[in-house]
Amino acid sequence: MKFVKDIKADDTLDLVCRMCPLHLLEPGEKLACMKEGQVLEVLTDYDGALEDIPSWCDKCGQEFIGIEEDEDCYKLYIRKRERNHHGKESLSG
Amino acid sequence: MEKRVYLDNAAATAVRNEVIEEMLPFFDIEFGNPSTVYDMGSRVKASIDDQRAKVASLIGARPEEIIFTSGGTEANNLAIKGIAFAHRKKGDHIIIGATEHHSVLNSARFFERLDYEVTFLQVDEYGLVDPQRLKELIRPETILVSVAHASNEIGTIQPIAEIAEVCRDKNVFFHTDAVASVGNIPIDVKELGVDLLSLSGIPLRAPKGTGALYFRKGLRLMPLLHGGIQESGRRGGTENVPGIIGLGKAAELTLQELPQKIRHVKVLRDKLVKGIIDSVENIKLTGHPENRLPGHASLCIQAIEGEALVFLLNSHGIYVNTGSACASKALKTSPVLVAIGVPPELAQGSIVFTLDMPNTEDDINYVLEKLPIVVNRLRSMSPLWGKRETVQAG
Repeated sequence: MKFVKDIKADDTLDLVCRMCPLHLLEPGEKLACMKEGQVLEVLTDYDGALEDIPSWCDKCGQEFIGIEEDEDCYKLYIRKRERNHHGKESLSG
Repeated sequence: MEKRVYLDNAAATAVRNEVIEEMLPFFDIEFGNPSTVYDMGSRVKASIDDQRAKVASLIGARPEEIIFTSGGTEANNLAIKGIAFAHRKKGDHIIIGATEHHSVLNSARFFERLDYEVTFLQVDEYGLVDPQRLKELIRPETILVSVAHASNEIGTIQPIAEIAEVCRDKNVFFHTDAVASVGNIPIDVKELGVDLLSLSGIPLRAPKGTGALYFRKGLRLMPLLHGGIQESGRRGGTENVPGIIGLGKAAELTLQELPQKIRHVKVLRDKLVKGIIDSVENIKLTGHPENRLPGHASLCIQAIEGEALVFLLNSHGIYVNTGSACASKALKTSPVLVAIGVPPELAQGSIVFTLDMPNTEDDINYVLEKLPIVVNRLRSMSPLWGKRETVQAG
């Protein structure tokens, strides 16, 4: 688990109080509207997202930056990539 | 067919034919599950989203700010519990109006058992809350205020925009139960400035078991029903598709026809009230004389038992209520009438008429013909009638 602090995000997706597996659906939709290199901040109170989102980023060719723990939720940071480092097309976003 | 005059439209309404027709294909042709990825499901999902837009239009909201529910009670539960659970760290104090529906009242009381504190905001003789008094009651730990937009029982419409402004200034979430008002008067959530608003399909003449909660975009709300990702992960469970289709169609028609409905029911209501004042002595009108729902008349008749009046009118084919459907069945003195200071013996004679488009002038004439006869008959048997004190109508 990579912990980060004070990451500047270009957009935020608030998934606090919303049900699984939305944390695997909405980031893709949001990233699709963002530019290469921009950072998405995902807010969630779902513990499962801590494993799911890094794994999803890996599968979809997005760069998982890290996690920051806030008072009421987790903040997960994703940098949009059009292609992953193996040159594989993104599945989503 | 025997004569039937139905004047209890706050309790239930006849579903419109156009609404029924719109719903029918969704029982046996377009019956796919909206969460599936094949076209039978995605078509239904698209239809649900169309209805979401129609309901949103009716109240000036965005489609993504609407959660479909199983009616007003669930919408009220979701608003109170959803906010109280999601914002527990912010505070543990809730304020509700003293004349709220049981779905708000009992949701708030549920949190008393979880060590939250609930304050009841008192009302004046017309059932109005005082926004200034609310301002005094809000504390740093207050998270939510809930005051109904209009009362189904006494018809009074609250100064919701003023109450919302007080809450906004104090950084407190504000919910209004608009079950009695959406479909009866124009509503715009942005003009009202509310964070959450509950509505029911009943006043729109949609099926029972339909409703929605408006929640301002960006608001965190703990779901009541944990499950799948229906309603954007805010309410689990396969959607009541025919009901949602019916609610959407009814919302669309209501938006088009509301001014006509208001004119129609107001003329009939005014005729009814004037006729009762002229023909029945010793009555007290309840609720606000002007700031009230247009198709709503409520009064207390001295030395009468409301339930007996309902049964006798029923024998003439006239259907009315004594107050809220829940309170009247429980044979309890209405808490709303107690809160506005109606003496218990007079509150027993409560009667409520709620009108809708199907009502006619003939209906009103028929009620005005039968009501004085029924009242006189009941009073002739009442030991209280001989000992009466005169009450003023207004």
